[in-house]
Amino acid sequence: MSARYAISDTLVLAVRALRRIPRNPDLLTAYTVQPVMFTLLFVYVFGGAIQTPGYGSYADFMIPGIIVQQMSFGGFATALGLVDDLKKGLVDRFRSLPMSRMAVLTGRTLSDIAMNALALTVMIVVGYIVGFSFDTSVGEVAGGIALCLLIGYAFSWVFACVGLLASTPEGANAFGFIAIFPLTFASSAFVPPETMPAWLRTFAEDINPFSIMVDAVRSLFVGGPGGSDILPCVAWCVGLIAVFGTFAVRRYRTAVLA
Amino acid sequence: MAEQPAIEIEGLRKSFKEVEALCGIDLEVEAGTVLGLLGPNGAGKTTAVRILTTLLPPSAGTARVAGLDVVRDSAALRARIGLAGQYAAVDENLTGFENLEMVGRLYHLGRSAARERAAELLERFDLSDAGARLAKTYSGGMRRRLDLGAALVARPPVLFLDEPTTGLDPRSRIALWEVIEARVAQGSTVLLTTQYLDEADRLADRIAVIDHGSLIAQGSSDELKKRVGGERIEVRLEDPTQAEAAIAALGQLAAERPWVDDGTIRVPVRQQRGAIAAAVRRLDTEQISIDDIAIRRPTLDDVFLTLTGHRSENGEAAQETDEHQADPIR
Repeated sequence: MSARYAISDTLVLAVRALRRIPRNPDLLTAYTVQPVMFTLLFVYVFGGAIQTPGYGSYADFMIPGIIVQQMSFGGFATALGLVDDLKKGLVDRFRSLPMSRMAVLTGRTLSDIAMNALALTVMIVVGYIVGFSFDTSVGEVAGGIALCLLIGYAFSWVFACVGLLASTPEGANAFGFIAIFPLTFASSAFVPPETMPAWLRTFAEDINPFSIMVDAVRSLFVGGPGGSDILPCVAWCVGLIAVFGTFAVRRYRTAVLA
Repeated sequence: MAEQPAIEIEGLRKSFKEVEALCGIDLEVEAGTVLGLLGPNGAGKTTAVRILTTLLPPSAGTARVAGLDVVRDSAALRARIGLAGQYAAVDENLTGFENLEMVGRLYHLGRSAARERAAELLERFDLSDAGARLAKTYSGGMRRRLDLGAALVARPPVLFLDEPTTGLDPRSRIALWEVIEARVAQGSTVLLTTQYLDEADRLADRIAVIDHGSLIAQGSSDELKKRVGGERIEVRLEDPTQAEAAIAALGQLAAERPWVDDGTIRVPVRQQRGAIAAAVRRLDTEQISIDDIAIRRPTLDDVFLTLTGHRSENGEAAQETDEHQADPIR
């Protein structure tokens, strides 16, 4: 009984979160115009200066990277939405209803998947326009897409925690840009780490989980090394969901209006 | 009728770190009545509402709502209560209809029942025309009505309204009062917190006054007013120098010695019935001419002042009586 309610409540709240997107041009821009702009800037501004031996073109190297970066920020809508719900007293209303206690979080993170799918489609289309193409089997491409969405889902839970901890949208924003943005650059997403200074290269290749994710997706989209990163990537995602999901649910239960 | 009380609170305590927000409250609300919880900002009203609506666990003591314990039976209880908090908790990016439909779905009414109920409530709250508009375009009064509508979606037997009219213009306040009264007429129990004395006076069957986390008085509005000292006659004379003569003439009517204050003679009376007529006759006999005469009943503001030693911190009600009354009753 309660499992059925958990699912239906999640869907009700996912629909609610999705309805907000077309009514909120800023968010829609973040999922469509922004990734297109970054893709064009990287390919045409930096593309000519960056050597990516082993890949057909810089677009082939970079598109999987920038897609994973975009996925990792997709959950930002969850952080903003939760900050808003807390501030406006909606969380109090939800917590006073006979609904599943997790649904506010599972609904939002579920809606992020839909938004990430939209962004992913936009980016693949733009990627094709600037010279990217899949070089692998249909099965691998499908696996890569699934992996992208899983990565996005994992980061949604990170952002759910950010949203529950931040007291303002600006606070959530600052976290995104200070903690996650640099992490995506100090990785194998945009340049081969071999060109970085030794200490940074060590970080990018051996420590930064973001590189594992990018390499796994890249191998599924255009081939090349990185196939061995697929399992660790899935493990990272499951780990992030477990840790941040648990924390977010706990935090939500006790969320009190400041 | 030996009906069980809709709300039973015993020894309820809540402390946040070093602050004690509620220091042991006992309270009962009979089913089908309105309790007004009155107190200044920070008195503990909202904390009490949050505990009763399962949003906060109490530190000690017990509370039962609709027969269900707020801690042990919280899940079942949530299906039986409605809450309209201090902030109009509506999703601004949804339309009025979508807001109510969502709440109905989350009460598990089912899709079509939730839609029907949403349309019904929009109609009742005079929002039908605005139902398809995003809530962010609503005025403050419309948001409050939508919020109250959301609290009523599941026709809950017990309703909690935390300062439901704070920040509303007078017309919207009266409209909201009417809705609350209609709900009570249908048998709901309401716990209402407010800083507005006129609001408690109008809506509440019983009033509980809290200050610094403690219950300092409870009773009907009339009972509380009696505690402050009952009615009195206030007389203004055409010739103020006749005050002493007037006091002598009115002495027999007075429950205690009349006093003069700011040119007005104040006479606490034993019984209100016939007091004005008697006073006029007596003054007329003594050939003292009256400029103005009135019976003045204590307001809840007087009650508040007497009980807490400070005025209610809110606006008009307090100020209005300020002007009438220079010297607080002791």
